[in-house]
Amino acid sequence: MTTWLTVVSRRLLVAAAVLWLVSLIVFGLLYIAPGDPALILLGDAPPNAETIAAVRRAYHLDQPLLTQYAIWFRNAAHLNFGTSVRTREPVLQAVGSRGAVSLFLMAYAAGIALGLGVALGILAALHVASPLDRAIVGLSVVGNSTPAFVSGLVLLYAFGILVPLFPVFGPGRGVLDGIWHLTLPAVALALTALALVIKLTRAAVITALDQDFVAFARARGLPWRHVIWAYALRNSLNAIVTAGGLAVLRLFSWLVIVEVAFALPGLGALLVDSVNFKDIPVVQALGMLTAVLVIGVNFIIDLLYELIDPRVRLTRVAA
Amino acid sequence: MTASRTDRVLVWGCITLLSAVATMAALGPLLAPADPNAQHLFAALTGPSRVDWLGTDELGRDVLSRTIVGARTAVTGPAFVALGSMAIGSALGLTAGYMGGWLDTVVMRWTDVMLALPVLLVAIVAVGMLGGGYALAVGVLTAFYTPQAIRVVRAATLEQRALPYVEAARTLGLSKPRIMLRHIWPNTWPVLLANTVLDFALALVGLAGLSFLGLGVGPKTPDWGRMVGEGRSHLVGNPLAALVPGIMLVVTATSVNMLADWLYEHVAGRGRAR
Repeated sequence: MTTWLTVVSRRLLVAAAVLWLVSLIVFGLLYIAPGDPALILLGDAPPNAETIAAVRRAYHLDQPLLTQYAIWFRNAAHLNFGTSVRTREPVLQAVGSRGAVSLFLMAYAAGIALGLGVALGILAALHVASPLDRAIVGLSVVGNSTPAFVSGLVLLYAFGILVPLFPVFGPGRGVLDGIWHLTLPAVALALTALALVIKLTRAAVITALDQDFVAFARARGLPWRHVIWAYALRNSLNAIVTAGGLAVLRLFSWLVIVEVAFALPGLGALLVDSVNFKDIPVVQALGMLTAVLVIGVNFIIDLLYELIDPRVRLTRVAA
Repeated sequence: MTASRTDRVLVWGCITLLSAVATMAALGPLLAPADPNAQHLFAALTGPSRVDWLGTDELGRDVLSRTIVGARTAVTGPAFVALGSMAIGSALGLTAGYMGGWLDTVVMRWTDVMLALPVLLVAIVAVGMLGGGYALAVGVLTAFYTPQAIRVVRAATLEQRALPYVEAARTLGLSKPRIMLRHIWPNTWPVLLANTVLDFALALVGLAGLSFLGLGVGPKTPDWGRMVGEGRSHLVGNPLAALVPGIMLVVTATSVNMLADWLYEHVAGRGRAR
């Protein structure tokens, strides 16, 4: 029990260290962007000596850099990222009010990509080299080559305009309406990761089916279904979890583009607007949020490895 | 037997298609039936007609001509990304793999971090924060696709380093750079080639994504990604304005991906990792 605790706490320490490094970069965004930080933070407000001095004071730009970082870090730790340059609302509020759409879309797409991807991957592996296998692999290559903004538009045109089954605009209200509104975006988003999940699942199941213990289990006369579930799939789980992690990472990227393509008021669209406007406080908040999520996903996946594979359990040093 | 024959037909199909795209990229303005930037505001968003075969966009510009000319920016940037990451990846991968030691550790930890990032998301923020633009987008994407090339070359270098011919070259007293560049590097080419082709496919989609968001190509240049971005709000007017360049992107990327798969299987002798 104590060993389990040390493993988890060591991982958490590493995660915290990485997050701290990211915070340095995110804080630095204000100085990486070309132009005077004070002018950037002024946004559309008229730039004169008074307003510039006010901004310098408000954002502590007159302090040494390290002090600035310390103040920023303390505020960020309390989830206070200041006010949006673009909309003048508190950053936390801007992010919070748009989080639900993105979270819903993300979960929906991840469900499709992982569920369908694993199922199709297993199906292809069980029928290796059959026409079905070739069709699944071939389609996954096309899917892998299709940017989400293209598949999104094709879906939008086909099922929103030609055959109006789904709404063209908005995220919808409530869960059921949300599912209906976000189905096309979720499918477009899921397609970006589907091929990856199919590919890795298929390869893992093929390898597992090829093992001696599977041949032996079959020779003992165990039912085929049991052999697949308890022997082949159990041994492919590690690769499937890896695929899941890579898929989620890819979904983070494409979420931004899908939200813009479908004009959805989510965090991805907020990020693009903020980046274009140089709305640094919002970009900083979203940067930290993304870092926390990416680190969190990797953390969970590392723990899953330990749960799944007894050979890895408790022996691996935090990487 | 039939499988390999279908494969060969598919590969030749891909090569033919890519040659067509390359021709469009090279000769674009000469092939286009109309001026891709000529605006006809009174004939905006018309459907296919005898004058404009694929109709016009929201400013009345000929979609067919813009698609043909738009191949250039869509394809050359990714080519630079692929070749750039190949060059940098070779240099760092060979050195890290052959020399080992702290340099290897530093380079590998750095690629670990880079490969754990949601690449496109970080690229969007980086390009946007630095002010956008085509050259910047190409540079940022190169930086993000290089780590994979480094790993590929390093892994191949480690494999080669243990072989007798390297030992022999060392016994002959050849210099380290010479062994790395003249002896080991050529033996990493098969995997490196497949990886470079795959990088091209990824960069094609990534760069188009940046242009779609308005962060890549400037507003006046016709470009596939940008055309999809501009045409997306006019799906009811003339859907072809967004769909045709979009489908060109998909067809090109699919061909390149299939070519990469074929190279991995037949030239590099292994499956692809991504």
